Amino acid sequence: MNDRGLILGGLLLFVGLITLPVWYNVAAGTPSRPPELKLPAQGKDPFGTAEYMRASHMSLLVAWRDEVVRGGERTVVGRDGKTYAKSLTRTCMDCHSSRAEFCDRCHGYTSARVSCWDCHADRRLAEGSAR
Amino acid sequence: MSLDRRAFLGVAGLSALAVAGTRSLDALTRRGRAEGASEARAATRWAMVVDPGKCRKDDGCTGCIAACDRAHNVPHFSERAHEVKWIWREPFDRAFPDHGGSLPEDAARSQSVPVLCNHCDNPPCVRVCPVQATWKRADGIVMMDYHRCIGCRYCMAACPYGARSFNWLDPRPRIKEPNPEFPTRTKGVVEKCNFCEERLALGRPPACVEACTEGALVFGNLKDPRSEVRRLLRSRHALRRKPELGTGPNVYYLV
Repeated sequence: MNDRGLILGGLLLFVGLITLPVWYNVAAGTPSRPPELKLPAQGKDPFGTAEYMRASHMSLLVAWRDEVVRGGERTVVGRDGKTYAKSLTRTCMDCHSSRAEFCDRCHGYTSARVSCWDCHADRRLAEGSAR
Repeated sequence: MSLDRRAFLGVAGLSALAVAGTRSLDALTRRGRAEGASEARAATRWAMVVDPGKCRKDDGCTGCIAACDRAHNVPHFSERAHEVKWIWREPFDRAFPDHGGSLPEDAARSQSVPVLCNHCDNPPCVRVCPVQATWKRADGIVMMDYHRCIGCRYCMAACPYGARSFNWLDPRPRIKEPNPEFPTRTKGVVEKCNFCEERLALGRPPACVEACTEGALVFGNLKDPRSEVRRLLRSRHALRRKPELGTGPNVYYLV
């Protein structure tokens, strides 16, 4: 065990190098922050609590999609008793108006790529480009 | 408990009668109705009647096609291999290969007719779709679920009318006037006419019918004897495209 110093030193150097990005962020004061969402001014939660929506919005959207496209059921009564169209680009985005400041914040943070926008138009972007 | 032969036969006979009785009662009441039986009695069967005589195609009118393309974000590719069509014009002898004379001066041959998905009674495209991305609704519309389409193009091979198109390229850059109210498609899915089911749901007629100023396209419910389509079909002879294939097309062409 004459090389103990060399081995331990090498190990320490290796661990230090591999965790360099962490130390760099700590030193630079830029630790990871959860995404900040731009929420609508009036909170109503017509389709479920924020907690439920955070965990299950994708299931809700897929259920709506199947009900509209395959079942022809186009409206839903929210928890507030009002009737809403089952529509991402209308109902959801009437309040959560900015895809970039709402949807993309979390999806970018978690690197979850969605294909919604391949076909459905971000209406505000489309209207903006048309003008 | 002892049971002699006579009593056993009596009990067995009564039990069989009871089972048969409930079965036939079920068959006579709502509970026993076969699944999907109500669909066969649907009150609506959407259909279109085209009057080629009224169509101003000779003046170069493409109002119906332009209205459809606008309403549904149909892309425009100049290369024929990439063409996407929902409603388009077809020379008469290509639309109706079994009709008309063989002479080049035959009046019908110089004509063209607007053609679209026939929303068949027995749609071959639906039979071949391996993922049920296309199916027949109770009101007769052959629907597409673009979310589910895997782009295998079996339906395109099956359709005898060429009513389906494949997106070989991203259609978005080739849409003239994007309509944010209707989704676009994406590369790798098949698309076709949907009889404007999104407009029917709002009680509006299809975009092509609304756009035709000549009234050459009439849309209505075949199940309603007082509907305009039924009135036209009662009063005039009409052709359907390739009826001999047994697909039961629901777009009629008045002669």
